[in-house]
Amino acid sequence: MPVTVKTFTSTNEAAAALSSDRSARYLGGGTLVMRALNEGDISISTVVRASDHALTRIDTGGSRITLGAGVTYARILADRDLGFLHAPARSIGGPAVRNMGTVGGNLFAPNPYGDFTVAMLALDAVVSVQGGLGSREVPIEEFLQSRDRQAGTLVLAISFAKPGNAEAFRYRKIARIKPKGGAVITLAAYLPVNGSRIVGARVALGSMAPTPIRARAAERALEGRSLDASTIDAAAAAAVEGTSPSDSAIASAWYRREIVSVHLKRLLSGQE
Amino acid sequence: MAKTPLQFRHNGREVAIFVDGGTNLLVALRELIGDMTPKFGCGQGGCGTCSVLIDGELHLSCLTLAETVTGRSVETLDGIKDGPNLHPLQRAFADNFAAQCGYCTPGMLMAAKALLDRNPSPSRDEVVEAISGNICRCTGYEPIINAVLAAASGGRARA
Repeated sequence: MPVTVKTFTSTNEAAAALSSDRSARYLGGGTLVMRALNEGDISISTVVRASDHALTRIDTGGSRITLGAGVTYARILADRDLGFLHAPARSIGGPAVRNMGTVGGNLFAPNPYGDFTVAMLALDAVVSVQGGLGSREVPIEEFLQSRDRQAGTLVLAISFAKPGNAEAFRYRKIARIKPKGGAVITLAAYLPVNGSRIVGARVALGSMAPTPIRARAAERALEGRSLDASTIDAAAAAAVEGTSPSDSAIASAWYRREIVSVHLKRLLSGQE
Repeated sequence: MAKTPLQFRHNGREVAIFVDGGTNLLVALRELIGDMTPKFGCGQGGCGTCSVLIDGELHLSCLTLAETVTGRSVETLDGIKDGPNLHPLQRAFADNFAAQCGYCTPGMLMAAKALLDRNPSPSRDEVVEAISGNICRCTGYEPIINAVLAAASGGRARA
């Protein structure tokens, strides 16, 4: 069924068009919305696009890194300043998907996708959104909790504090098909160290709940401790707490619960 | 509903068509331009047989809104041969038995071309990575990987 395509030069106009029409969806790289159209999703009757260059900007100059919502994974992989994000970017799709898919769209990607968002959640990112009433900054956790209601808002950018050192950020995606495939589970951790103690531990899990979530019990087990064997064991044992994975064709909920502590242990101890 | 005019370069030739809103590039290429080389596989971005190059970058035509290629250059398998002469990749695929049923072949060739245009002497791992978005259910991939490596070391891919 044909849809109406509206292309705007300004994000203001695009946001207004999105917020005023419940059947409108924003088209970024196409890997989610075009797929829905190909499948005959009749809930979409208008496709909104914006050509504003700000949406494809990468800013790594200051203490915070800002990625425009339209930045693709291929762009991240080509940027040396974003080396710590190459592992999550490379874990997504094949080359064509990485040339198309965007970090903004990833915020909306349902399981078993959305791996980049797991990394963003571990890095305590802030999502800049523009609704009908203007723009605002939303913490990524809050954004994800209300994701079902965000279809009418336009994501402009995602930003986060530059990690003090690249070693503090860790990422691991478990997939059945290598090198490409939907996630069994995805894990990301940000473990800044002050002296020998972890201060401000963040652990994020993908495919362990309807949206990426933080493993708060594991974070508590890491906080204020040094990353030794007993701390790692305690964090791994707590990984499953608060999760609610689903059965899917890729893995059962039971299997996901069984393996999350194993993979968190490997992530924290730096094992391949 | 009004159709949208669309103009772009298709294998080096300027084309102009009218598309319905929401038409994907694959449908535009096959049904409106008559280029049947990109195939419809899954329509979801999972199989890669609709792969084309847009301004030299590998894209999935089934997930590309047709009107976004306005003013851009789209290259498909139909454009890579030189008159009656096969492209070195096509020759290598034939010589190495890299096509069985042939359905994945257009996408495999375009993914391989995207790699060799950028990196004329890839490692085996780089070839595996380059075709990782393309599914083949016949060959088990080994002949395809060998064909791409053969094309890279023998006849260099054209720029």
